[in-house]
Amino acid sequence: MNLKQSNSEKISPSDDAIIEIIEMHKWFDDFHVLRDINLRVGRQERIVICGPSGSGKSTLIRCINRLEEHQRGQIIVDGVELNKDIKNIEKTRAEVGMVFQHFNLFPHLTILENLTLGPIWVRKTPKKEAEETAMYFLEKVHIAEQYLKYPGQLSGGQQQRVAIARSLCMRPNVMLFDEPTSALDPEMVKEVLDVMISLAREGMTMIVVSHEMGFARSVAHRVLFMDAGKIVEQNTPDEFFDNPQSDRTKLFLSQILH
Amino acid sequence: MQSKTQITNETDAIKPPITSIGVIGWMRTNLFNGWFNSLLTIIVIYLLWKTVPPFVRWALFDSLWVSDGTACQQTDGACWSVVTANLRFIIFGFFPHDLQWRPLLAMLILIALLFYSRDRKRWKKSLGYTWVAALIIMGLLMKGGLFGLESVESSKWGGLPLTLLLSVFGLTAAYPLGVVLALGRRSRMPAIKTLCVIYIEMIRGVPLISLLFMSSVVFPLFLPEGVTVNKILRAQVAIILFTAAYVAEVVRGGLQAIPKGQYEAAEAIGLNYVQTMRLIVLPQALKIMIPPTVSVLISAFKDTSLVVIIALYDLLKTTQSVLSDPKWMGFSAEAYIFIAFVYFICCFFMSDYSRRLEKELAT
Ligand SMILES: Nc1ncnc2c1ncn2[C@@H]1O[C@H](COP(=O)(O)OP(=O)(O)O)[C@@H](O)[C@H]1O
Ligand SMILES: [Mg+2]
Repeated sequence: MNLKQSNSEKISPSDDAIIEIIEMHKWFDDFHVLRDINLRVGRQERIVICGPSGSGKSTLIRCINRLEEHQRGQIIVDGVELNKDIKNIEKTRAEVGMVFQHFNLFPHLTILENLTLGPIWVRKTPKKEAEETAMYFLEKVHIAEQYLKYPGQLSGGQQQRVAIARSLCMRPNVMLFDEPTSALDPEMVKEVLDVMISLAREGMTMIVVSHEMGFARSVAHRVLFMDAGKIVEQNTPDEFFDNPQSDRTKLFLSQILH
Repeated sequence: MQSKTQITNETDAIKPPITSIGVIGWMRTNLFNGWFNSLLTIIVIYLLWKTVPPFVRWALFDSLWVSDGTACQQTDGACWSVVTANLRFIIFGFFPHDLQWRPLLAMLILIALLFYSRDRKRWKKSLGYTWVAALIIMGLLMKGGLFGLESVESSKWGGLPLTLLLSVFGLTAAYPLGVVLALGRRSRMPAIKTLCVIYIEMIRGVPLISLLFMSSVVFPLFLPEGVTVNKILRAQVAIILFTAAYVAEVVRGGLQAIPKGQYEAAEAIGLNYVQTMRLIVLPQALKIMIPPTVSVLISAFKDTSLVVIIALYDLLKTTQSVLSDPKWMGFSAEAYIFIAFVYFICCFFMSDYSRRLEKELAT
């Protein structure tokens, strides 16, 4: 595995922020799930978020493309603030790619149709062009020969790579990953991480909820640690893993490192 | 032997045990295994022996196919003449005798088009236009009044064309309405949701008969003086409203089976609500719903016969009027068997089609 890679090789993020979250709070009914979140993500920056189960990691990234609604504070994606305006939300969703833990491919459509659906209906791309783009990205995730199959006929790792390609077809500026490898059998984790690493090399802005330390060390500029709805600690990956500050972080790291 | 070693080499796979050979073996395992099953088999054979031959004798050997009523009174067998002699009235009701080619043609167009549409590969836009055109032509054939076709009052429509008209329009209109109601019932907007729930529960709480009565008796009371709405149309609307509520509940069941992740994935690539429903959710839900929807549609089809109670001359009513003719009194068994047969054919094709559709869509 080519995960070890020095930080100097990483493309350095530019200063202007593509995502800006300011004093954001979210509740599920009475349950205060996100508390005072402040986060700036630069263009081409790559962030890995970790933390114990239930700490609000998924909820945070789901707020970024409005799969969840925040109640206080601001979320600004590529200069557009997310609020009740449905047009803004749809526009943002098309700019922000999302990869889910359970792939969520459309089982009634072929792999190719899964990929062309968004471009054709949201971007109004002509079908032929959408198909060419789709094939290009399928090549990139090394699964082009399966384009006529249905998702149910593929392995978990293959499905997740298709899901990544599906997001890429929308030409997103940011990609969000919610534990993309945690539903996979161990032998399939690498093939998905490899795709994500090559995406990182090309300079994609990425926010990844993951506990894959090797991945975090090799591609992340920053690692965020969340606990009980707060961002407790953030640092460069090497500092974060080798020299954690808070007790909660230390405890958590000792748990994931067995 | 080479082949033998190959087989043993491949695996130690064991063939399934041979359970039965030939007819005797089949009978032994399926009909006569154990004293209890043997007893049941013997009883069933005895019952069949007592009922089937007499029925065949009655229905076929001793039966009369073309005769008048008096000849029928003298035979022990079935009098199919009650059907053959009155076939035109049973099928077409009071439609003017020499114009009956028109409803016949309309029905043939309908049946041909239904058969043509069975193949999903032909489901294109052009087929939709063909249907629209065909429905207009069928309406014209029934109603007349244009292109030199003599006009026929809709009060004269009856028999099989009326049954088909009520069902085909009833089912095709009820289906989309049902889908809309189901979506409304799951809507996040409280007003729409409440409205749909009230509608569905109210309609499901009353029998179709009461809706038909209301449409024919109560509804006209609310119309201003001099305004009348065609009786068939009123029955048609009642059937549509009734069936839609049942379709809605089936659709809702299908929608609930679609995982949340599908909605999220669709929203995450930027599809709006309508696109998400149309492209992602409904295609998957409709597939799950095929068997329950077809049951709803089949029972709705049979329920159209309830229009007899508001004196529309559908297939059942025309048959009943033949039977009230003194010449043909007493042959209701034959006539009703014929009607049952017609209904059976239609329902059988519906359920057969749903089975094929299910198989085609299984992925
Ligand atoms: N739709 C929801 N309604 C109510 N509570 C929720 C919902 N989604 C998540 N939660 C709760 O919010 C908390 C954070 O969830 P989540 O963001 O999924 O955590 P993580 O991804 O870090 O495991 C959990 O306690 C979870 O039970
Ligand atoms: Mg999570």
